[in-house]
Amino acid sequence: MVDKRLAYQETFDCVQCGYCLPACPTYQTMNKETHSPRGRINLVKMAAEGKISYDDLKEPIDMCLGCRACETACPTNVQYGSILESAKEVLRIETKRSKREQFIESALFEKLLPHSSMLAIAKFGLLSYQRLPLQFAARKTGILNVVLPKGMAAFESIIPKAERSKEKKAYEEDALPGTVKVAYFLGCLMDTMFSTINDQAIQLLRKAGVHVTVVKDQSCCGALQSHGGDLKTARQLAKKNIEAFESGSFDYIVSSIGGCGAMLVEYDHLLKDEPAWKERAERFSKKHADISMVLAQSNLTYNHHVHHTAVYQPSCHMTHVQKNVDAPLELIAKVPGLNYVPMDKQDLCCGSAGIYNIVNYEASMDILDYKMPAVVSAKPDLIITTNPGCHLQMKMGVEREGMSHQIQVKHLVEVIAESCL
Amino acid sequence: MNENRNATELVQRLRAKQLINESRILTSLSDRASYAYDASFGHHIPEVVIQPTATEEVSEIVTLANELHVPVYPRGQGTSLSGGPIPVYGGVVLDFSQWDDRLEIYPDDMIAVVSPGVITSHIDEAAKAFSMMYPPDPSSMNVSTIGGNLAENAGGPRGLKYGVTKDYVLGLEIVTANGDIIRTGGQTVKNVTGYDLTKLIVGSEGTLAVITEATLKLVPRPKANKTMLVLFDDLIDSGKAISAILREGITPSKLEIMDQASIKAVEAYQPTGLPIDVEALLLIEIDGHPLAIEEEAEQVRECCLKNGARDVQIAKSAEEASKFWQARKLVSPAIVQVKPTKISEDATVPRSKIPEMFRILKEIKNANNIDLVVFGHAGDGNLHPNIIADVRDEEEMKRVEKAVGEIFEAAIELGGTLSGEHGIGTMKAPFMEMELGAKGLAMMKTVKESFDPNNILNPGKIFPEKGQKLVLRDG
Repeated sequence: MVDKRLAYQETFDCVQCGYCLPACPTYQTMNKETHSPRGRINLVKMAAEGKISYDDLKEPIDMCLGCRACETACPTNVQYGSILESAKEVLRIETKRSKREQFIESALFEKLLPHSSMLAIAKFGLLSYQRLPLQFAARKTGILNVVLPKGMAAFESIIPKAERSKEKKAYEEDALPGTVKVAYFLGCLMDTMFSTINDQAIQLLRKAGVHVTVVKDQSCCGALQSHGGDLKTARQLAKKNIEAFESGSFDYIVSSIGGCGAMLVEYDHLLKDEPAWKERAERFSKKHADISMVLAQSNLTYNHHVHHTAVYQPSCHMTHVQKNVDAPLELIAKVPGLNYVPMDKQDLCCGSAGIYNIVNYEASMDILDYKMPAVVSAKPDLIITTNPGCHLQMKMGVEREGMSHQIQVKHLVEVIAESCL
Repeated sequence: MNENRNATELVQRLRAKQLINESRILTSLSDRASYAYDASFGHHIPEVVIQPTATEEVSEIVTLANELHVPVYPRGQGTSLSGGPIPVYGGVVLDFSQWDDRLEIYPDDMIAVVSPGVITSHIDEAAKAFSMMYPPDPSSMNVSTIGGNLAENAGGPRGLKYGVTKDYVLGLEIVTANGDIIRTGGQTVKNVTGYDLTKLIVGSEGTLAVITEATLKLVPRPKANKTMLVLFDDLIDSGKAISAILREGITPSKLEIMDQASIKAVEAYQPTGLPIDVEALLLIEIDGHPLAIEEEAEQVRECCLKNGARDVQIAKSAEEASKFWQARKLVSPAIVQVKPTKISEDATVPRSKIPEMFRILKEIKNANNIDLVVFGHAGDGNLHPNIIADVRDEEEMKRVEKAVGEIFEAAIELGGTLSGEHGIGTMKAPFMEMELGAKGLAMMKTVKESFDPNNILNPGKIFPEKGQKLVLRDG
C-alpha cells in the first residue's frame, strides 16, 4: 500500500513546526508552502500513501535546490536529504522527464562526468572552443542561445577559460615526506574549469608540510547523479572511488569543492544497504576533510598582503552537509590585508545547486537576484567561494548587477595562495 | 455538503473580477495539500488557497464566501499548536504569509502599525532600532506571523513580566463576516469608547472576523539583562523559591522550569554538563537598569538558596547566558530522539499550584504508561507537559488521548485553564464545557452567531461538535 521506495518512515520525524520556512530559499522566492521543506515532506508522505500522484509531487521536488539549509534549521533532526533523495529516485522512474532535462542530464551525467577519457575530450573541446575565434563568433551571432538550453547559454559567457592542465606527472610526484598523509580528490568540474585551483591547493598542502598523493583512477564523486535521482550510477562511482582511495594508507581524503565533499562524506549513507561496502564506505567518509579544515590547523605562513574587501559565500553543502562552518572563516581571518565583511543572507543558497541553475534557470536566477542586494550592500570588491558551482553563479550574479569591473570572485584556495605562495 | 461546488463558483466569480493576481489563487492539488495542516494534528485539504495582500481583496473574498456559504480559514505560516488554521470543512484557506508590506514604527507615539503577514520577530527587531521593544515572544516568533499571534493571543516566556499579545494591541482593522471593513480601538493607550471589540477579536481564533491590520503598543527596551541557572534537589522547593522571588518585588522577565525528565533527555542528547540527579532546574532572566539588576540578581540568589537550591549560577557574559538557555532550547530536539510524535500541551494553573500540578502530572504519566516531560513558563503557571509518542502506534495514541484529557481535568480542578497560549482550535474544543460550563459556552456561541450568522469564519474551531472527542490519530 505505502510506496516503500520513498523515505516514508522518515517523514514522521517532521513535527511540522515550520522552523525550516525562513531557511528555505525557494520558499522565499516562490512564495508558497508547496515549495518549502515542510510542504515537500508532507507531499512525499502523501505520495507514499497514494493520496497524491507522482506527477503532483514532481514540480515541488524538482524545484528543491537540495541546499539542505532546512536540516540545519530543523529542531528535530529530520533527515530531509534522505527524503529528497528517495523522491528524486522514484520520480526518475515514475514520471516523464522533459526533453530538455534528458538532454542536459545525458550530456552531463552519463557521458561527460564519470569517464575521465570523455572528460578529457570535453575539456579539449572547451579549450579549443575558447582559443578559437569561434567563441567570439558564437557569442556575437547568438548561435549558442539556439543550440543550448537557456541556462547553458547564459552561463557560456562566464565560464572561465579552461587551463591546459599541468601534465599529470606534477600531481603524481611525491612531495617531501610530511607527517600527515593526504589523498587529494580532484573533482571533475574543478579539474576541467578550475584546474589551477587544484594546483594551488596541492601546493598549499605541501607547503604546510603535508604529504599529498593524487590517487590514480579516482572518479567523479557522483553528486550530480545523486541529485538527479540516478542513485545507481552514484553508487557505482562511489565504489570506484572507495577502491581507488584504498590503494594507499592516508590520514585524510581532501577536496576543495564543497559539493563533492558533501557527497564523499555521505558515501556511508549511500551504501548503507550494501553489506559488502558499508564499512569501507564508512571508513572513506570519515577520512574526508575539506581543504580549509587541514589548512586552518596548519602553520602556513601568510607572507603577502591581499588587499580586498571581501564577503564570503559559503557552499551550502559544505555548511549543511559537511558541517564545516568555522575553518574557512578562520583562514579568511588569517590573511593579512583582507578586510572581511559579514553579509546579510550569508547562509542563503546562491541558487547554483549542482546543475539546478541550468535545468531550472529562471528559478535559479530569482534566488540569485534575491541574494545579490545583500552582497552589493556589503560593498565588497571580492566574493570568496568554496565550490566551483557557487563560483560561477556568483560571477553570474555580479554580471547581472553590472558590477563585473568592481567585484571579483575567487575560490578561498586562490586567496590563501595569493598570500602564502 | 456542497462546499466543493460553491467553492468552485467562488473562485470563478473572484477570477471574473480580476482583483487578485492569478498567481495568488492556488488550485492545484499539490498546492492545496500544502495548506492542509499546521504544527498540531489533523489534515484537511481546502478547495482553494488564496494569498491576499490587500484589505479590499479580503473583503471581496469574504463577501463571496458569505453569500455562497463557503468556509474561510485564515492562516499565517502554520505554526499553530492547536489546529487554528486547519480547514476542517474545506473551502478557502486565506494565506496571509505573503502580506507583509507594512511594518511602520512611530517612535513618538510608541506604536507599530503592521500588516497581518509580518513575522513576529521582525516587529521587535524594527522596534529595537528605536530602543523600543515588542515584548510578546512565542517560541515560534521567527516564523509565526503577527496575524496568527493576534488570532490566537499568543504568549511566550516574557508573559510573566510583560503579558501576552492582547496586552499590546491598541487597534485593529478587520473584515467582518459580511465583508465590511471596520476599525476597532485606535492609537491610544487609553480608550473606553464603547465595547472593547479589539480585545474580543484578539484570541477569537479567526472565528469572529479576519484581521487585516494591527496597531501595536511598544515599550522602552530594557538596557540590560542577566540570566541565572538554579538547580533544585526538590521540585517543591523550586515552587517555593519562585513565590519568594515574586514576593520580594522582583518580576523576572523570564522564569522557566525544566523537570528531571527534560534535563535527562537533554543530557542524553547533547551533554551540556547539567547534573541529572536534580528534580528541577530554573532559568531566570531579569532585565532593567544595569545597576538595579546587579542588586536584584543577588536577591534572587538569596531567595533560591534560602529555599533549598543546590546551586545558583549567574551568567557573567552574554555567551554564558546563551549557554544556559541552550539547555532549554535542546529540550524539543532531545525528547523526539526517542519517539517522533510530540503532543505539546499548555494547561496553565495558578502559580501556587505548580508543585501540585507536577505531582498530578507524574501520576498521569505512570497511570497511563506514557512518556511525559514537563517544562515551561513556571513564573506564570503556564506549564508545557509534552507527551512523546509514535502516531503509528494506535494503542499508545489511545493512552495518550486519555492522558491529555486527564491533564485538562487536573488543570481546571486546580483553578487553572485549558490553554495558556496555544489556543483551543480543534483539539481542546471537546473540553470547553468542562471549563466554562454549559451556559458560559452558550454565551460565547451567541457572540459567535451574532458576528458570523452563516458560520463561515473558521468553522469547526473552539466550539465542540456534538459528541466530539479528542482524537490524535489519523483517519
